[in-house]
Amino acid sequence: MDKLKLMKTANEVRKDIVTAVHSAKAGHPGGSLSAADIFTYLYFEEMNIDPKDPKKADRDRFVLSKGHTAPGLYSVLAEKGYFPKEDLKTLRHTGSYLQGHPDMKHIPGVDMSSGSLGQGISAAVGMAIAAKMTGADYRVYTLLGDGEIQEGQVWEASMLAAHRKLDNLVVIVDNNNLQIDGAITEVNSPYPIDKKFEAFNFHVINIDGNDFDQIDAAFKEAKTVKGQPTAIIAKTVKGKGVSFMENQAGWHGKAPNDEEYKIAMEDLEKAGEALCQM
Amino acid sequence: MSDVKKIATRESYGNALAELGAEHKDVVVLDADLAAATKTGVFKKAFPERFIDCGIAESNMMGVAAGLATTGLVPFASSFAMFAAGRAFEQVRNSIGYPHLNVKIGATHAGISVGEDGATHQCNEDIALMRTIPGMVVISPADDVEAKAAVKAAYEHQGPVYLRFGRLAVPVINDRPDYKFELGKGVVLREGKDLTIIATGLPVSSCLEAAEKLAADGIDAKVINIHTIKPLDEELVVAAAKETGKVVTVEEHSVIGGLGSAVCEVLAEKAPTKVLKIGINDTFGESGPAVELIKKYGLDTDSIYEKIKEFSK
Repeated sequence: MDKLKLMKTANEVRKDIVTAVHSAKAGHPGGSLSAADIFTYLYFEEMNIDPKDPKKADRDRFVLSKGHTAPGLYSVLAEKGYFPKEDLKTLRHTGSYLQGHPDMKHIPGVDMSSGSLGQGISAAVGMAIAAKMTGADYRVYTLLGDGEIQEGQVWEASMLAAHRKLDNLVVIVDNNNLQIDGAITEVNSPYPIDKKFEAFNFHVINIDGNDFDQIDAAFKEAKTVKGQPTAIIAKTVKGKGVSFMENQAGWHGKAPNDEEYKIAMEDLEKAGEALCQM
Repeated sequence: MSDVKKIATRESYGNALAELGAEHKDVVVLDADLAAATKTGVFKKAFPERFIDCGIAESNMMGVAAGLATTGLVPFASSFAMFAAGRAFEQVRNSIGYPHLNVKIGATHAGISVGEDGATHQCNEDIALMRTIPGMVVISPADDVEAKAAVKAAYEHQGPVYLRFGRLAVPVINDRPDYKFELGKGVVLREGKDLTIIATGLPVSSCLEAAEKLAADGIDAKVINIHTIKPLDEELVVAAAKETGKVVTVEEHSVIGGLGSAVCEVLAEKAPTKVLKIGINDTFGESGPAVELIKKYGLDTDSIYEKIKEFSK
């Protein structure tokens, strides 16, 4: 792992997220930014994928179960070369292929349409079962929100994943602690998240999801696990990297205005410069 | 018709899956703890390695089926109509319909002929729900022959298909050498010039009997079996309406949103015609032996005959 390179890429992904959401005048920056490091690690370090052949049969799969953070996924896909970065500015525009939530029919690199919370993990389980059934050795990754795991379907899917010993499946929970109505602890607490997945027979790893060393160690550990799926509970900062968005529930699903966009980009430019001096 | 062979279309489903599984390695079957009732157990016995019991979790099952389909496998996800189309509606809509994935939904125990289990398990709304999903094919076979053919046609079709089967054994009416199932094509079972009966699923055989009784009264009824409710054979429906002037729809489903509604939608636009809709009249079912319920809710031969006779006056 080239940590500095990943940090720089993640910073570019964050700029893309803010730019796309600003251009769309709508969207979900908070949870896209919190997961930007995980998106970056998956697409630039972890997964066996080829942007020139987005549908190659033996590719690793990624399902964005928390589909509202599509700006995060689209940004990393664009950085990886699945489609032009300029297109990010068409996010959510009428006629654009970059739909508000991931659309596998029209967006290169999107393995599953998602956005209705709780559903993506089930599709990921289906993909992992398919690999086991057909003897394929690809791995399946799915990213969930910590609010999303309030959906009962998440636990239906988790029960089946462990029952079928899907050690080719990694469930990542972006634990940024905030959902639309406020802190997850105040709305309907899903804690303890790790113990819940443990009780469902997952191998559980707790990490700081904005720290590449810990992300790297977790995904490497997941590959050694046999006979059970892995859940990585990634503690993150919602809005990470943009000063006024950090830890603010209000930035879950709101676009920055022109002035706010300027400040956000200045924050990220500064972060980028700092990385260049490292 | 006591000497006529009777088979429940859910039996046909299980048998057809096993045949399909032998021919095609990419067929996988999912169930939600109802394999003995949906008859997917027949497939499970033959191909245990391609059978996935998801337990009592239909919403997840639909998502798992979607995931399987993204890899090129052809999943048949099975449960009772109530849970396949009802409970898991949004999963079917968003995880299967929206990405237009190649998932086949095998929904058994449709309608009031579920019988003793009563209203909670008698789904009279599934056709209405499923046909609103863009790109979803909706098939409601009338007998064993048609049900088996429908399962195979669903496999050949690329895209999501909803297959509706019943619990009760129904007469085999299509057992003839030249029988051919064509997706989206209605079948004229009886010619007639005074009115057209358009039926689907379980009551089709009763409609044929009712037509004979009407003939004895001098009313010459054309009978059309619509196995594919979506896409509807509009050409056949419109031509029959124009030809006979009156249309009766018969289904074991709510009169709201099902075959009757589909026929009325087409006729209102293309050939305004007086239509009598026979089905479940905006009410829940109840417990009782299936045959008694069919009579009570007006879907037996005599009830159909009486209603049509009154309508044709």
